Amino acid sequence: MSVIAFAKNWNGKFKNSTYELVSYTKELANKLNTNLIVLSIGEVSNDELNTLGKFGADKVVSVNNPQLNILTSRAYAKVIAQLAEKEAASVVVMSDNNSGKAIAPRVSVKLKAGMVAAVQELPVSLDPFVVKKRVFSGKAFGHVQIDSEKKVVTIAKNCFGLIENQVEVNIEEFAPEVDASLFKIQVIEEEEQKDKVILSDADVVVSAGRGMRSPENWAPVEELAEVLGAATACSRPVSDEGWRGHEEHVGQTGKVIAPNLYIAAGISGAIQHVAGISRSKCIVAINTDPEAPIFSVADYGIVGDVMEVLPKLTKAFRNSKS
Amino acid sequence: MKILVCISNVPDTTTKVKFKEGDSLFDDSGVQWIINPWDELALTRALELKEDAGNSVNEICVIHVGGAGADATLRKALAIGADKAVRIDACPADAYHVAGQIAEFLKENPFDIVFSGIESSDYNGSSVGAMIAEFMDYPGISSVTAVNLDDDDIQLSRAIPGGKQVLKTETPFVAVVQKGIANEPRIPSMRGIMMARKKPLEVKAAAEMDVLTKSVKFELPAEKGACKMIESESAEQLVDLLKNEAKVL
Ligand SMILES: Cc1cc2nc3c(=O)[nH]c(=O)nc-3n(C[C@H](O)[C@H](O)[C@H](O)COP(=O)(O)OP(=O)(O)OC[C@H]3O[C@@H](n4cnc5c(N)ncnc54)[C@H](O)[C@@H]3O)c2cc1C
Repeated sequence: MSVIAFAKNWNGKFKNSTYELVSYTKELANKLNTNLIVLSIGEVSNDELNTLGKFGADKVVSVNNPQLNILTSRAYAKVIAQLAEKEAASVVVMSDNNSGKAIAPRVSVKLKAGMVAAVQELPVSLDPFVVKKRVFSGKAFGHVQIDSEKKVVTIAKNCFGLIENQVEVNIEEFAPEVDASLFKIQVIEEEEQKDKVILSDADVVVSAGRGMRSPENWAPVEELAEVLGAATACSRPVSDEGWRGHEEHVGQTGKVIAPNLYIAAGISGAIQHVAGISRSKCIVAINTDPEAPIFSVADYGIVGDVMEVLPKLTKAFRNSKS
Repeated sequence: MKILVCISNVPDTTTKVKFKEGDSLFDDSGVQWIINPWDELALTRALELKEDAGNSVNEICVIHVGGAGADATLRKALAIGADKAVRIDACPADAYHVAGQIAEFLKENPFDIVFSGIESSDYNGSSVGAMIAEFMDYPGISSVTAVNLDDDDIQLSRAIPGGKQVLKTETPFVAVVQKGIANEPRIPSMRGIMMARKKPLEVKAAAEMDVLTKSVKFELPAEKGACKMIESESAEQLVDLLKNEAKVL
């Protein structure tokens, strides 16, 4: 028996969310009285693999096959399922990010393992196996029971935190079968903004809505984000109008994020917007309308004009740093 | 080329959710049902592709797994412009079950492209599309923000953290689509609504398929405490509260 965590890498590096995944899965393995195996696919140095030991990964299985250097969900799912069968894994855990969303359902079908996406905490009960997740875009929580012998879960970002538990890492190589027919998708172009804070990873997010009135008015938002080392985001009409790119749109139909701090400037707080931000640890709202619904979900609020308040905040944060 | 668009029938996004039978079931009394927002965008893009003469797309079919309660939603999809609708008459028990039903249909009725939305706004399972791809052993592309067919050459864009990728693939494949795939969902016209009445809505018996998970209980989130209001002149006070009270900086 074992529990497997799939640790995705980004150009050979892990992120905090990877360590959160390992922390979570270690705790789950302890509760189930079984071993944790962390699976890494692709080119990752031993030094980087060893960092997983800080969070309790005593066994790391590394698959280093040049065919797998580019993430292909079909092939990755095949590798994960092969390892799960070899190690008689009862649960496979992944992060609920783009790749987790693409791979986990495939592993579920391969193993005929019931799957639940974006769970919020350790299982509510182990027998039966019941996990808790957000449903109706955050308006409620659902307890979902997985009845199959094997199980697949993905964990929501920032749901668990990091638990240090330093152990010695044993790295094993694993050479699964992957045939060329699995690679039918060809990447022909890739653009990445290296200098920007990535919204889905950001601890602090400065977000703005139609209250900014025009796309020319975004400088105060960007300046505040810069001082805070924050990512920028926006409401749906702002991206629909093309004032900002789609990648910034948060909410029910955009990204669902869970930063430590979310600053909403000139955003009314419509229910569909809140669906994407309600997992933030702390919400600050700035709005001219004291009755705006955003204040009912915010922790701190300022009634005022964004064009005046944002520069003041930027100045105050800058001063507090120096 | 034929495109199949998977449709989930979900409560309107402004619905106040309630539960019944000891919080074990969603209470759907008085609920307005809509096409899941991403599925609606997927359908819109599929119709745009059909209208574009630069490719051979000639049929758009929508499919739903569920009871007769969803027929109005499927008629809406037909009114927007889908050529036909298929409903697999089964209670959509979990993602595995739904994807399995759609895969069984696909085995008998092949399509070149299958669109599914990134998630369903009710149970937020975000797995049906990728599961269909696996059941069918098709390539699948997730987080798709654009699909272009130039002379049936397939080019897709997908969002990656901090950027995008442009990909090429071959049919058949599954695209799991999100924001960006189409600009605005189409609204049915009067003529569309009339025509939809004559379009086929085929009801098919469910296939034998396992259900691996079930919802056992629901709960509402804890009430949020009151918002602390700060004077617009007191930016320093907010910084202090974020540091020392909320401890998020
Ligand atoms: C199916 C569906 C899905 C949706 N999905 C999403 C989603 O994912 N994300 C999303 O954001 N929306 C979504 N929406 C739209 C949502 O309902 C709202 O229309 C939208 O969030 C409003 O955006 P906003 O707050 O920027 O604009 P508005 O609602 O116009 O609010 C602007 C706010 O700015 C304030 N304001 C104006 N001037 C100033 C100023 N000078 N200083 C300070 N404050 C000012 C106003 O008081 C107001 O509260 C969805 C809607 C539907 C129907």
